[in-house]
Amino acid sequence: MALETSLHSWHSTHGARMVDFGGWDMPVQYTTIVDEHVSVRNDSGIFDIGHMGRLRIHGPDSTNFLQLTCSNNSANLRAGQVRYNLVCNEKGNILDDILVYQHADDFILVVNASNRLKIVSWLESNIKSLNVKIEDQTLSTSMIAVQGPKSINLAKQLISNDISKLGYYFSFDSKTMDIPSLVSRTGYTGEDGIEIILPRGEEIKVWEKLVSLGCKPCGLGARDTLRLEAGMPLYGHEIDESTNPLEAGLGWAVKFDKGEFIGKEALLKEKNTQSARIRVGVELSGKRIPRELYPITKNGTVVGKVTSGTFSPTFNKSIAMAYVPATLSAIGTELDVDIRGKSEPCKVVPLPFYKRKTT
Amino acid sequence: MAAFAITEFGKLLGGCLFILDRSKMLQGVFTMDPLKLRYTKTHEWAAIEGNICTVGLTKFAVDLLTDVIYIDMPDVGDPALKGDSFGEIESVKAVSDIYAPVDGEIVEVNDKLVQDPAAISKDPFGKGWLVKIKMSGKPNLDHLMNHAAYEKQIASESH
Repeated sequence: MALETSLHSWHSTHGARMVDFGGWDMPVQYTTIVDEHVSVRNDSGIFDIGHMGRLRIHGPDSTNFLQLTCSNNSANLRAGQVRYNLVCNEKGNILDDILVYQHADDFILVVNASNRLKIVSWLESNIKSLNVKIEDQTLSTSMIAVQGPKSINLAKQLISNDISKLGYYFSFDSKTMDIPSLVSRTGYTGEDGIEIILPRGEEIKVWEKLVSLGCKPCGLGARDTLRLEAGMPLYGHEIDESTNPLEAGLGWAVKFDKGEFIGKEALLKEKNTQSARIRVGVELSGKRIPRELYPITKNGTVVGKVTSGTFSPTFNKSIAMAYVPATLSAIGTELDVDIRGKSEPCKVVPLPFYKRKTT
Repeated sequence: MAAFAITEFGKLLGGCLFILDRSKMLQGVFTMDPLKLRYTKTHEWAAIEGNICTVGLTKFAVDLLTDVIYIDMPDVGDPALKGDSFGEIESVKAVSDIYAPVDGEIVEVNDKLVQDPAAISKDPFGKGWLVKIKMSGKPNLDHLMNHAAYEKQIASESH
């Protein structure tokens, strides 16, 4: 039985097509993916991201515990700061990519829906003698994202603290329409915006208010094309238990100098020998979409594979992320994608494909 | 999640299907006549005039695809084999084969659609036609559904 957010019936009654995603019945689109995508790039969009896992980590050893179980540094987070982090296994492969919020006297972890139960039990198995508690708050809370260049101006009318002064990747406890909430300047679209965690059920009135102010409801389809343009990995595609952070281009989230952590030894070895394959962005000259698992070839020989691809509404061309040998990963390298038996030329381009202009 | 399968059909489009009757078009009159079309299980429509079968995709199918970005068409002169793929339609969400409803030879391809694939979404039963097939032998259309049967199928798929 698929899980549902409390916005589920709103989605169904507003024309959303629903799909199973990470064990949740979620909206994939209301109008069209391109229409919703363009709204977020030019204006503002609102996403139900209640499926994301929300874990509270508390207790005196919380910082040490996160240092041990995650590759990035959580010891030097400032009050309210949010940081991208990775949970790796002993082999240095990725169990999940997460956000860690420094929050009052505890930490909030936002984990992928499909990995929530796995991560909860993995974290619990690593508590050992540490004095730390893990509280899975996913089913008692909700989460929405408001994204796009106009999102801050729209959302700030509803929030008691001034979100326009909130730094990128910072958060604060605030009231959203008088509802206690945790607001962060974060997102998964490549645009400015916020994500709000609220008590379950309370997000409906915030959602409806934001929609009435002009925020366009967007589904997971647009969320996928937006994050792809922004070069962000999606668990289960660019990263999984057979990939490590270094080959995935996430070495910046691995801090070898912070002390011991699970996977450090394996990742040090990988760092010293250099990764054999690397995640790259590719751009096609044709309009066909290179989809997940399509082979990347060079002179007719398979050298890699696509992890996700789409037709980029922003650039009006087909783009993809792929793993290719390090020797074929230089910007400008010409390769081919095998699209259902037809070879289509592509070339390696810098990631991200899309970077917003910051003022 | 990158590629949604086309089989994840969601919403049923309501109401009836609007079809242009070419004979009436000549007189400048547009008529809805869904009964004159035949349908495949894979959402192609077929309009038969003499031994020429015009093929397109139904509104139901293109509404589910949305954001069509590419249509791979056969060449004029290519053989068409009933039930075999003669082309592909690609949207941001999914890619899907297009199947020939009848046996024959491709005698015309809608080139305007190749240049502007999104046009199929605007007028799937009119300007969005895909190809014309010259049917070989004595046309047998028994395997194709009539409008009522097709409506029944899409009603069951939309749950």
